[in-house]
Amino acid sequence: MPREVIEIPSTIEYLTILDQDGGADPALEPELSDEFLLSLHRWMLLGRRFDERMLRLQRQGRIGTFAPVMGQEAANVGAAAALRQSDWMVVAFREAAGELMRGRTMEDLLLYYGGYNEGGTIPEGVNNLPTSIPVGSQALHAVGLAWGIKYRGKDDVAMVFFGDGATSQGDFHEALNFAGVYKVPTVFVCQNNQWAISVPRSRQTAALTLAQKGLAHGVPGIQVDGNDVLAVYVAAREAIERARAGEGATLIEAVTYRMSVHTTADDPKRYRTDEEVEVWRQRDPINRFQIYLRTKGLLDDEKLAGLEEDIDQQIREAVERAEKTMSEPVDPLVMFDHLYAESYPHLVDQRRELADALSDKES
Amino acid sequence: MAKMTMVQALNLALTQEMAEDDRVIVLGEDVGRDGGVFRVTDGLFETYGESRALDTPLGEAGIVGMAIGMAIYGLRPVAEIQFSGFIYQAFHQIEQHAARIRWRSRGRFNVPMVIRAPFAAGVRALEHHSESREAYFAHTPGLKMVIPSGPRNARALLVSAIRDPDPVVFFEPKSIYRAFREEVPEDEEVMEIGKSVIAREGQDLTLISYGAMMRPTLAAADRLTEEDGVQAEVIDLLTLSPLDDTLFTTSVRKTGRAVIVHEAHRSFGPGAEIASRIMERSFWTLEAPIKRVTGYDVVVPFFAREQAYLPDVERVLSAARETLRA
Ligand SMILES: Cc1ncc(C[n+]2csc(CCOP(=O)(O)OP(=O)(O)O)c2C)c(N)n1
Ligand SMILES: [Mg+2]
Repeated sequence: MPREVIEIPSTIEYLTILDQDGGADPALEPELSDEFLLSLHRWMLLGRRFDERMLRLQRQGRIGTFAPVMGQEAANVGAAAALRQSDWMVVAFREAAGELMRGRTMEDLLLYYGGYNEGGTIPEGVNNLPTSIPVGSQALHAVGLAWGIKYRGKDDVAMVFFGDGATSQGDFHEALNFAGVYKVPTVFVCQNNQWAISVPRSRQTAALTLAQKGLAHGVPGIQVDGNDVLAVYVAAREAIERARAGEGATLIEAVTYRMSVHTTADDPKRYRTDEEVEVWRQRDPINRFQIYLRTKGLLDDEKLAGLEEDIDQQIREAVERAEKTMSEPVDPLVMFDHLYAESYPHLVDQRRELADALSDKES
Repeated sequence: MAKMTMVQALNLALTQEMAEDDRVIVLGEDVGRDGGVFRVTDGLFETYGESRALDTPLGEAGIVGMAIGMAIYGLRPVAEIQFSGFIYQAFHQIEQHAARIRWRSRGRFNVPMVIRAPFAAGVRALEHHSESREAYFAHTPGLKMVIPSGPRNARALLVSAIRDPDPVVFFEPKSIYRAFREEVPEDEEVMEIGKSVIAREGQDLTLISYGAMMRPTLAAADRLTEEDGVQAEVIDLLTLSPLDDTLFTTSVRKTGRAVIVHEAHRSFGPGAEIASRIMERSFWTLEAPIKRVTGYDVVVPFFAREQAYLPDVERVLSAARETLRA
């Protein structure tokens, strides 16, 4: 036959569990312990409050530029919550809420955005890679980690986060392709927050969904309501189960919204309307989940107030610790640390040169 | 003449070149509606429309690779890489194609494109936003590498870069994007690529620098006059490749002493090449070893320590004084 039709998978599933008023679809509602549900809520709320605090600190000039998570707490926390300790989390730069959950400390985040390399330290036993700013570049690392996991016969997974903009990068496609070819346990989590700085999702790709970008690479994709923490969690859990069972990678597109600035250096008024932001404010992932928890009898005003106070306290203590470090004189010689396993004569010389220059300045 | 910041002066160059020549197309991430994250392309989208101020998808290889095709087709693309730290995502396009198409096609095709990128440290930015890796490009045959040091020369050099028949990598020192203003003529002004200038005349010592480091270098020269009675000649390179070695080697033949200042890392940095040219052309008149004041051979630290990484007036002064004592 000179022309025939080749059947390829060509549909993308969309998953949402909570409706806008926090009601759950009983057919899809996962069975989760009260404790687990409350912990999802706690981490989301902590993410939000920490963000707000960072924004204030930035406006006061006490820390530098950072990328707020606001609006994406469900995408962050829902996905990260599906990981276990020994799994790997590979982040971009808008995952603070998820990172906190996985053991990065608020103090480190504050130091990181306060201009201290010390803030990039990853605690022992925490399998998170450090913040990766070059958009999309980290996706391949998750494929390499997953390859290692498979090689060693483990059933861990590597989960990588990136934005809608990142799907335009070659590295993203190479990562999907390699993950498909090697059938490795990678979970790709695209936080489609509708914007890559000033470029809207519609100008990022002519494709209908980002989830379908897996298909050409032989990697299944699913689109989820990224402001529905239960949907994100369920999709992530399914992808992780597939990966652990040796069935390979999955691409999850979490449809969400960046409610705040791109970074503190950005002015969204130049490219998007307040009305658009308002529409998404109505879909705030935290509000929605709170209504659900209230309906289930897990949350009330009093419990919420107590939780807010707790979180406030935790943040205040972290800020105090970080600000103490930041108020002490910084040791510039630290810039020579951690470049190689050992030092070399030219670096020893340059370090001494800087030390001399510093002591000249003091005298 | 109006007093302008470097951002405004670069914007003037783009606005005027686009008015004059419909082959000039600006493309990059956020250069259209947003006017660029530093606002260098502000207003181009409104004035010339979305087909001449292209907001691209997020992909540097895409931006540069497509610009190469546009340039071969006869257009004059001006590609913006949002920060020089992300130019590596397009490095293969630059090295494998932009720099070689003329050579590979035996002169049949050329790539008259400009790749603009803000670079260098000093603005309390995040990782990858503070590097000075001009050496990669100056090291690559087939590319030109231009670095302005103030609003007026930035405007004149960008106009020349756009009109240049070959690919020009144009690094803009972002710490001085808005740090000071200069008179910039409304009327056309061009500066020749491949020519350095004497920013300050003197006969006792030659200080050689470029970009944002011109400021501490000039300040050091003033202090040498005030405090030591020494007249330093200061050379502003402006173009790193092709390097105008006539100007600084002639100066060193007069002064016998040279200090090179750049914030790029020391090893294999521009200073190594400059020092070699001095050795090759002015060795017999040297009265002291050539000194380099540079960034250290470490990844640029996060911003709490970036000022300690950067050469400053004191470091330039003490290198100059050592050279003078020798
Ligand atoms: C390779 C690279 N190019 C450009 C940038 C500058 N930049 C930082 S974030 C960003 C937009 C990213 O959009 P998206 O992937 O959707 O993530 P979001 O910021 O929306 O979370 C850009 C262009 C960068 N960090 N890395
Ligand atoms: Mg985005």
